[in-house]
This record gives sequence, structure tokens and C-alpha cells, in this order.
Amino acid sequence: MTSPAIDPTRPTQGIQNSLATGQLPRLINVWVVLGALLVSAGVITLIGGFNITGTLVLTGLLYLIAITVASALVENGRKAVDRLVRGLVTVAFLLALIPLVSTLWTVVSKGIGQLNWSFISQTGGSSFNAETLEVTQRVGAWQAIVGTLEITGIATLISVPIGILTAIYLVEYAQPTNLLRRVVTFLVDVMTGIPSIVAGLFAFALFTLIVGPKAFSGFSASVALCVLMIPIVVRSTEEMLRLVPMDLREASYALGVNRSLTIIKVVLRTAVSGIITGVMLAIARVIGETAPIFIAASFTDNFNANPFSGPMQTLPVLAYSGIKFPGQDIDASNDAAWGAALLLVLLVVVFNLIARIVAALFSPKSGR
Amino acid sequence: MTDSTTVATSSASEGAPGPAPRQGGRALTGKGSGRAGDKVFLGLSSGSAWLIMVILAGVAIFLIIRSLPGIAANWETSSELNSGPTAGFANFWAYAGPLLWGTIWAAFIALILGTPVAIGIALFISHYAPRRLAGALGYLVDLLAAVPSVVFGLWGIIVIRPFLLPLEEFLNTYLGWLPFFSGTVSRSGSTILAGGVVLAVMILPIITSITREIFLQTPRLHEEAALALGATRWEMIKLSVFPYARSGMVSATLLGLGRALGETMAIALIISPSILFSLTLVTEGENSQTIAANIATNFPIATDLQRSALTGTGLMLFVVSFAVNFIARWIVARTGPGATRKTRTRTPKAKTA
Repeated sequence: MTSPAIDPTRPTQGIQNSLATGQLPRLINVWVVLGALLVSAGVITLIGGFNITGTLVLTGLLYLIAITVASALVENGRKAVDRLVRGLVTVAFLLALIPLVSTLWTVVSKGIGQLNWSFISQTGGSSFNAETLEVTQRVGAWQAIVGTLEITGIATLISVPIGILTAIYLVEYAQPTNLLRRVVTFLVDVMTGIPSIVAGLFAFALFTLIVGPKAFSGFSASVALCVLMIPIVVRSTEEMLRLVPMDLREASYALGVNRSLTIIKVVLRTAVSGIITGVMLAIARVIGETAPIFIAASFTDNFNANPFSGPMQTLPVLAYSGIKFPGQDIDASNDAAWGAALLLVLLVVVFNLIARIVAALFSPKSGR
Repeated sequence: MTDSTTVATSSASEGAPGPAPRQGGRALTGKGSGRAGDKVFLGLSSGSAWLIMVILAGVAIFLIIRSLPGIAANWETSSELNSGPTAGFANFWAYAGPLLWGTIWAAFIALILGTPVAIGIALFISHYAPRRLAGALGYLVDLLAAVPSVVFGLWGIIVIRPFLLPLEEFLNTYLGWLPFFSGTVSRSGSTILAGGVVLAVMILPIITSITREIFLQTPRLHEEAALALGATRWEMIKLSVFPYARSGMVSATLLGLGRALGETMAIALIISPSILFSLTLVTEGENSQTIAANIATNFPIATDLQRSALTGTGLMLFVVSFAVNFIARWIVARTGPGATRKTRTRTPKAKTA
């Protein structure tokens, strides 16, 4: 201990560490990446002009080859494979970030030009001037904003009670061996995988049988969204209820409180922040659904605030129809589509943020 | 004090309110109404559970009712079905067959492209990334799931289509002898390959989040045992993580397949299709169409009977994706890690969004 000569943590310089031989230096990765970047930038520039995508792709390939060869030479075959896999896995992760960044960047850069007060506050659509025979197109999203909020709002009002009550049944009432519980748990899982367009067709089929062939309405779209939203709410609420400690329930029963009051006043109150977070995330999920709303509520340029009759416009559908079924002025339609897409992304971000804030602020004080 | 304890033990031991109010005065508050409330609450919550099954059955039943006229109609003679989107097919199955093929083909391309990357990401987050960063990196990937599908579709139109053009030309020129890359190469980029790439991006988060959770559940001792025997990290993963997570990886892939089958907007916006059996990846106008995109494109202009036929194809999509999801969940339930705690093992999935 006292003699520095045998201190194992500080080997004297110059003496070769037998444990460190046959290993690549620690910072080898950094150097290989830099080298690969330089080489590929040079090669790409020589071949045919610099472009960033080509350089990055080539860098990735060069890095993987170089590190494997270097490791195979200095270390051994097994370590070379290990380094290769490490490189591949890292590249896979970076690969996934590209679409994320690229998507957000595209939407923001294309949509930011449209995002002003008149876009939000005026009803879009085309108007025909009978004297000049000209069609002028206004770019606006007010009808879509109202439609989105109403349809999503109604869907939330229907789905949340059903979802929470089902979760309560699954967690609080049903025994684990109960057949209904097992079937419902399984079906909820399967339901999360129902294609969204099928939900739209279901709502359309339901309402054509009730109302007749012209069954497009905002409410019908809400019903379609419910099919998608209920399983999400059930799952997230179920997880939150399971996190409530059994002690709390037992303490409540011990005080003579009956089951329903225990659930309402103890279990739900403890889990409320988690449940709200789950609901917000569910809203963020369904607010961007396009296909079911498109089928069940169709699309329109007219302002329609009555969810029980007539087609309704929504933001995702505006983004879709503006590109796929543009009006006379194709540029104006496309602009409206990008503006709607950006507004939609902003709404999703807002709901996600609310979810995070609720989770952070109102989580039970006693926990952790 | 003693009063309340007796009440407590009696009601706790039965797990429900005691049979009769005991002597404790406070226990009487709202006892009668509480009992009724209990019944109502139990009724409401079990009713909701039943309602979910009713809804699922309703989806199937209403789709069948609505699509029967279109399936049963005589497609040769019906003038309504011989115009517009459904023109030129001998019967419903001749119409739905190529669509079903296109749906499976597009989803298959997405799986081929997406699954290896998704599993790689899951491995990176669970076993390679620095511990402190892992959570944040996982959240980044989950953000992909929060992006609305129509936004991915728009992104595919203006970014992915032109981006893939040089690659498509390359494949067509040098590998054109393969059926996949044959045909006239697309000028606009509206190919099923572009659609498949966007679909692959969309199924990344679901496959990643499920496999990641399962990788993280690998028993620590298995991993440490492998490392202690001198395995490198990759050998450790091959020896202990993959065998443990195999069924989970299969079912995650199937869930990704289910998602890809039903995805509408990306395909509807990006590819320019026709209804035929086709293997080509880099052509436009000769791609197979998918069921969902076909419905989304033609529904607004369709007549009543045509809508009925479209609903029929939707019913087929429902059946196929229900079956895929059913099998996936069944594998998880049967053979998933910690099969007894399966509901809890998947908990973090709900937080992802």
C-alpha cells in the first residue's frame, strides 16, 4: 500500500501492460470515424461534386470496414465481429434519427410560411366570381381546426369513461382467472392493431344503416376514433392502476370504506396523474388519424360546426386532400396542406407536452 | 380504537364491505347508498368491459352487412360496378385479390427494410448506449410514433421520392434482370419502394419499443454468466439475449406487420398504383395497390354500390390484420418471457407514444 512500486493502479511508464496488448487504443473509434469522414468527403468530391448524403453513407461503410479490418489484424476475429456489430447497431440508431429530423424539418420549413393569423382564423376554400368567371382560392384552416377539435373532443368524451371503467373492471374487480377479464385483455390488445381505415368504414357502415347513404358527419368520425382510442386508454389506465400499491386499498377497506368509494377516492386519486397522461397521449395519437375521419366525415371547404350533420373538415384530412384532391389553384391547395400539417404537428406536440407536465407536476407526492 | 379495528379486520378479511354494519358509528356513514353505489359501479365497469367486445363484434357485423351487396352483386352485368374505380373486374374476388396481394407485398417490403433496423436500434438502446443516455434515446425513437401518418405521407412525397430516384435507376440498370427491378423505371419516384421505405419508418417505433423491453428483461445472471466465460458483448447477446427474446421478437415483428398492413396515408399519397398482381419495385403505374390506399383514394368518388365493394375489401383487411395481431398477441401470451406476468412485462409500451 505504501510503496508506489507495487501500486497496481499506477503502472510505471515504459512497462508494457500485458492486459492491454493486442488491443486497439481506446479512442480508435473517434479516429476511424474522422478518417472515414475525410476520405469519403474527398472521394465524393472527386467523383462528382460534394453532397452530404453520399458522404455520410460512404463514411458509415468505410468506418464499418476499417474498424473490422483493424480489429481483425490487431485483436482477433471474435473481437472484430463484436466491433462490427457495435458499429452496425449504432448506424441503425442514427439511421432512425434521420427520418425524424427530416420529417420535422420538412414540415416546419414548408409550413411556417402559411402559419399566420389569417390562415388560422379564416375559412379556406374557393369562391367563384360569376362576372369575371374566375375562381379565387383562399388559404385557411379555420373550418379544419374547429372540426378537429370537435371530433377529437367528442371521441375523448366517449372513450375516456368507457376506457377507464373497463380498466377499473380489469384491475379492481375481475379475478386474474376470470374468463371475461382474460378475453377482454386479449381483445384490447388485438384492438390496438385494428387498421384505422377499418374503423372509419365501420362508422360509415353503422351510420349509413341508421341515417341513409349521405351519412357523413363529424359524430360518425368520432365514433370511428373511439374504436381506436378506447384500447389505448384502457391499456394506459390499466398500467397506472396496477402501480397503485395494494396497501392503500387495504388501508381503505380497513377503515370500512366500501369498494366503489375506495376505487374513486383512493385508487383513482392516486393514479390520476398517470391516467391524465395516458389520456393526453391517446388524444395526441388519434388527433393525427386521417383515414377514419376521411371516410366517416369526408372533407369539405365549407365551415360546418355541427358535428351531427354534413361533412366536416379536419386538419389531417385538409393536409391529405390538399395534396391528393387539390382545387383549381394547386399551389394554394398544397400550401394549405402544409400549413395544416404543421398545425397538426404543433397540436400533437402540445398534447405530448401537457402529458409530460401533468405527469411531472401531479404525480403522487409520497412516491419515491 | 378497538371498534374500528374489529370493523377493519372483518371487512378486510372478506375483501368487501361487511355483511352488516357493526357497532362503530362512523362506519355507518352512507352505508346503504354506498352498497347501492357499489353495485352501480360494478355494473358500469363490467358493462364497459362487455361493451368493448360488443364494439369489436359490431365492427365485424356492420362491415359484413354493408359489404354484402357489393360482394354478392353480379359484377359482369352491373352498370354501376362497371364504371369508376371498380370497372373491368369479373367479380368481387377478382377485384379484391390483387389488392390483397398489394397490401401484403407493401407490408412485406416495409418489414424487410424495417425489422433489422428496428432490432438494431432496440439492441443499441438496451445493450450498447451509455446507461444514462438510454432513456432519452429511447424517447427519441418513440417520438417517431407520435408523428401523424399523413405527415409521413407528405414527407415521403417531397423527400423520399426524389431521394430514392438515383437508387431506383441504379437498380433498374444493373439488376433489371431480377423481376423486382424490371420494367420502366419511374420518373417521379411514385414507386412501391418509396412507399415501403416510408412504411418501414412508421413501423420502426412499434417494433423497437417492444423488442427493447424484452431485451431489457433478459435475466441479468444469464448475461453476466456469458461475459464471465469470456464472451464478447455480441457473443453474450447471441448466447443469452436472443434465445430469451426470440418469441418476443417474432411477435413484435408481427405487430409491425399488422401496423404496415393497415397503414393508409403513406401509400395513398406516395405510390401511383394500378390494381394488378405485380412484383416490380421501381416502376410507377404498375405497382400493386393496397386495400387501405385504394379505399382512401376512391371512396369520395364512389357510388353506393361501389362503396359497398370497397367496404368488402376493407372487411378483408380487417380479417387479415385481426389474424396477424391475434397470432402476435397469442405468441406473447403463450411463450413470452415471464408468461405469468405478461400484462406487467409490457407495461412500458403504454408510456411510449
